[in-house]
Amino acid sequence: MAATLAPPAALQRRTLTRLQVGIVGAAAIGVTAVLFTVAQFQGVLDFILVAYLLYLVGQTGVSYAVEGARSAKNRLALTLLMSALFLALVPLVAVLWYTLQRGLQAISPGFFTHSMSGVGPLDSGGGAYHAIIGTLEQVLIASIISIPVGLLAAVYIVEYGRGRLAYWIRFFVDVMVGLPSIVAGLFIFAFWVLALHKGFSGFAAGMALAILMMPIVVRASEEMLKLVPDDLREASYALGIPRWRTIVSVVLPSASAGLTTGIILAVARVTGETAPLLLTAFGFDAIRTNPFSGPQSGLPLFVFNQAGSAFAVAVARAWTGALTLIAIVLLLTVVARLLTRRNRLV
Amino acid sequence: MTVGAGLFILVLIVAIATFLVWKAIPALRVAGFHFFSQKAWFPDAQPAKFGVAAIAFGTVLSSVVALILVVPVAIGAALTLTELAPRRLGTVGGYLVDVLAAVPSVVYGLWGVYFLVPRLIPMQRWLAVHASFIPLFQNKSNTFGRSVFAASAVLAIMILPIVAAISREVFRQVPQANREAALALGATRWETIRMAVLPPSRSGVAGAIMLGLGRALGETIAVALVLAATFNINLHILEPGGNTIAANIATKFGEAGSLGREALIASGLVLFAITLAVNMAARAVVYRSTRIAEGKV
Repeated sequence: MAATLAPPAALQRRTLTRLQVGIVGAAAIGVTAVLFTVAQFQGVLDFILVAYLLYLVGQTGVSYAVEGARSAKNRLALTLLMSALFLALVPLVAVLWYTLQRGLQAISPGFFTHSMSGVGPLDSGGGAYHAIIGTLEQVLIASIISIPVGLLAAVYIVEYGRGRLAYWIRFFVDVMVGLPSIVAGLFIFAFWVLALHKGFSGFAAGMALAILMMPIVVRASEEMLKLVPDDLREASYALGIPRWRTIVSVVLPSASAGLTTGIILAVARVTGETAPLLLTAFGFDAIRTNPFSGPQSGLPLFVFNQAGSAFAVAVARAWTGALTLIAIVLLLTVVARLLTRRNRLV
Repeated sequence: MTVGAGLFILVLIVAIATFLVWKAIPALRVAGFHFFSQKAWFPDAQPAKFGVAAIAFGTVLSSVVALILVVPVAIGAALTLTELAPRRLGTVGGYLVDVLAAVPSVVYGLWGVYFLVPRLIPMQRWLAVHASFIPLFQNKSNTFGRSVFAASAVLAIMILPIVAAISREVFRQVPQANREAALALGATRWETIRMAVLPPSRSGVAGAIMLGLGRALGETIAVALVLAATFNINLHILEPGGNTIAANIATKFGEAGSLGREALIASGLVLFAITLAVNMAARAVVYRSTRIAEGKV
């Protein structure tokens, strides 16, 4: 006799069922539809907005009448919170969808095999081959510089760092994560191009990217090294193994999956950086494979330059470049996420 | 060796400041104190006439408007992910916000120019017609499009992931026992959030917002693409025009002469100083709040 176990009706709070809330929603849409046919309203966005506002008012009103003030407030607040998440995801969908749509319009095999050398402002054709080469080289240089330094700094912070110095290093690594990318570019320009007279080059761009990448590598590696259980370290010490051997053969291997994830995400992050390239690689229309002498292009820079043009053919190239860039960056992000799943420490 | 790597990062910050100051000196000597009051930017003209007044103002204005737009959305999204969504959905939502952070800024700029700006025109027009009693929304030019408001909207989308991600971490730090205690007293879920989750998170969320501000101040490419550069101090955010320090560097660098480049470095130094101050303050606030949450203070 399950029915007798329910509390007496007087003690039960009256609550709205999902169906009843759904009816409020349907009513809001219905009223909006009537409003739009009768009055001078138009547009899909306006329709959604009016229906949404009506729903908020309706839900709060009905809930206030049936469930009381506190529940009405609760429902209103929770609906607004969930709308915020929805609103946050709208731009994501819009960016990806629109870039895909526009990018596919001008895509062709030639885009990946040709440079912009000898392509006039009104000519169609041309491609981003030179820019893709540039980006690969610059990101490789940035990785070679920043990954060892970043990893060592993370090892210092987690394994050795005690007291003041470690605190300040950690603090300034965090501050450097927020360094504007254009400032990193300006620094390399002032240091490498102006002070040392070395000129624009892919290598200069690689150094600027390395400055941006280093703090990201440190932060990500730090988090991963902290996840390595102290038991592992202590077991190693108990066997008489010195600290540096413990770090090299116990701590780093057990954190390797996580470290790889962090590094890949850092690579993804700097691959899309445009501003530093502008001041260090400067841009170049022809293929240049040597990153150590002369200006070079890069994929983000290519997109920026083409986007700044007034001609439709250039803008179409910009969209295809943007699609390529997004594809590379998202691929890296997804690979990094898949590696996280294989990470036994998380 | 590991200490060396750590010290290298400290040295790097000092080196950035040193080289920017060193290479900015010639330009600062030419401009003198007018560097901070002059609005125009003609460093290569005879006589040279340039200053950061307009672009520094534009930097701060666009970032502040972006913050006003993004803060409610980011905090709402973070609260939904930690407090309301089932665990699985929360993780997926977190990933999606991370993807939003991975999209390069040049793509946001391109998307802003061709997708967002035209779609914001009706909204800007509506604000200018119906809300012009607020001076901010006045538009005497009656043209709409590449305004500070549009740039701020793009900036808002770009800093949303960082504000949301850090707020999410902060809300996660609130002990589960706080929530359970509130629920056991009969609080509704909103009351639980308001009374058990938000108060201990306040300083952490403030830090998250300031980090978002730091990111917005330094954002270059998206703003350079969206804004139609003008050099004036104008509070009417719906009117086309405006400029920021970072965007000005990006657009003027290619054509600048030697004094022009030094002048740009000087403006970059101002940007560096502003963002360094904002970031340091933000980190200090976040550090303090996480240490309080971990019970160390």
